[in-house]
Amino acid sequence: MIRRLLPLFAFLALAGLLFAGVRMNSGKDTSAIPSPLIGKPVPAFSLPVFDDASRKLSGKDLLGAPYLLNVWGSWCPNCREEHPVITRLAQSGKLRVVGYDYKDSAEDARRWLAEFGNPYALILVDEDGRAALDWGIYGAPETFLIDAHGIVRWKHVGPVDESVVRDEIEPWLAKLGAAP
Amino acid sequence: MNRFALLFALFLSASAWAQATVEAPPSFRNDAEEQRFRDLTSQLRCVMCQNQSLADSNAQIAHDLRIEILRMMREGKSDAQIKQFLVERYTDFVLYQPEVKPMTWALWFGPALLLLVGAGVVVVVVRKHGTKLPAGEPRDLPEDE
Repeated sequence: MIRRLLPLFAFLALAGLLFAGVRMNSGKDTSAIPSPLIGKPVPAFSLPVFDDASRKLSGKDLLGAPYLLNVWGSWCPNCREEHPVITRLAQSGKLRVVGYDYKDSAEDARRWLAEFGNPYALILVDEDGRAALDWGIYGAPETFLIDAHGIVRWKHVGPVDESVVRDEIEPWLAKLGAAP
Repeated sequence: MNRFALLFALFLSASAWAQATVEAPPSFRNDAEEQRFRDLTSQLRCVMCQNQSLADSNAQIAHDLRIEILRMMREGKSDAQIKQFLVERYTDFVLYQPEVKPMTWALWFGPALLLLVGAGVVVVVVRKHGTKLPAGEPRDLPEDE
């Protein structure tokens, strides 16, 4: 009797495995590459500040409090989609939100910000995208959370929505004891 | 750029994530350089379109990485150093043949292991039936119609 049921058990085991696999991956972007920078200091960079090209910033200049680094470009349709969420987060005063204008022209970026608003404490400009390679950036939007000591804590690929803020960013801020 | 971006937005407005546009391929100094570049980039996986190699992809990031790879080649970096550069930034995802280490054991040895398990099952099944048959009633051969 048991022997006859063996194929059924095998089938149930396989079905259970596949179901668990689907459940574990549902709602996740499985193509997103995890950042090898998590737990490591931000890469060395020196990037001009938007609308103040004579001023260049490096990771050192941003130490002292956690910040969110939001990679965007005026050419990126999904940046527009996440923009209200990023704006609300910036206005909540929970942390600094630093923009990273990726492969964009200053003119296009200015027009985009005029249209949709500028929530950023400051914006780093990476026009040719060379510095982005050191960050492991491969598109926009991407968002990093960096702690007060300049350690990368978290990265998100794709648009940030309310659930990402609630389930990931806010718990991280609580853990970091953030107050800007 | 702006025109391209608009076009691109039109085409890709439904995708969850976006990239800027395509540019011309790099120019090579000689055939050896071109050959090495092609070999190297075809061993690397595009981070954006993960079903394509870095050599084949038209994604903007693939273009940027190709430029960077050519620059490193001209600086005299070895293939291993260039791969290391990419792995440090984009993890093992960029390699079609990742290094053998505990993290990748399942990837490297999993298929062979499955094959062995399958072979084991076949052997057991065959043995069982093989020993059963001679002991059973002698059977008639199926008749041809």
